[in-house]
Amino acid sequence: MTGGVTVGGVLDLLGALLVLLGCFLCFAAALGILRLPDVVSRMHAATKPQTLGLILLAAGVALSLRSWASFGTLVLIAALQLATAPVSAHLVGRTVYRTDLLRHDLLARDDLATDLKAAGFQLGPAPEDEDDRPGDDARLS
Amino acid sequence: MSAVHTAVLVMVGLGAVLLVVAATLTIARMARGPSSLDRVVAADVLVAVVIATLAAEAIVNDHATTLPVMLVLSLLGFAGAVSIARFVAERDLAVRRREPDRPDRGQQ
Repeated sequence: MTGGVTVGGVLDLLGALLVLLGCFLCFAAALGILRLPDVVSRMHAATKPQTLGLILLAAGVALSLRSWASFGTLVLIAALQLATAPVSAHLVGRTVYRTDLLRHDLLARDDLATDLKAAGFQLGPAPEDEDDRPGDDARLS
Repeated sequence: MSAVHTAVLVMVGLGAVLLVVAATLTIARMARGPSSLDRVVAADVLVAVVIATLAAEAIVNDHATTLPVMLVLSLLGFAGAVSIARFVAERDLAVRRREPDRPDRGQQ
């Protein structure tokens, strides 16, 4: 038993390797968070450990623990994170755009600007001489 | 068996070093970040780092006690990001400048 390669040992090694990959994704995301110039590009870096990294970690823990109860919990963790990460990223990106925090000189193209202009919206402070429409109702929400 | 255990310890220890560096860089961005949205994104990554730490600890000690904590943390990051994004959106700059050509969708 000491010299032979057991299935459990191989699974343990595989699980530890997956956890190591997930940790590396966390490290890469932190590097991007610190180095990238923009909130949107920092979000781009931040989504890697939230989705792929978490799936790798969950698979690693599942391979290492090898019980159905922990497998169910880990599947739940990965599924919830996959469902909620796009929502929060969408809201943060939307707020970034509308508070004018992103650097427009770094964008290759800005489809939302043309769409907003076609719909009659524009980034900028509220105009003073407004027509019959009151200011608060005119804001996007 | 023992060699496998040593290899697992070495790999998870290497991952733990990466996680320490990642948490330090993320906290640096949280302290520096010019806007609160930078801090929200950095806090999300910090939550992911904490989840990874719990996973590494669960592998080393071979228990499933911290799995519910990972579950709660993965939901917590979502709630924090959404609420702070909505809070910041109170002062957004997108204003309707002229009446659109299309019929209005009614008040919100």
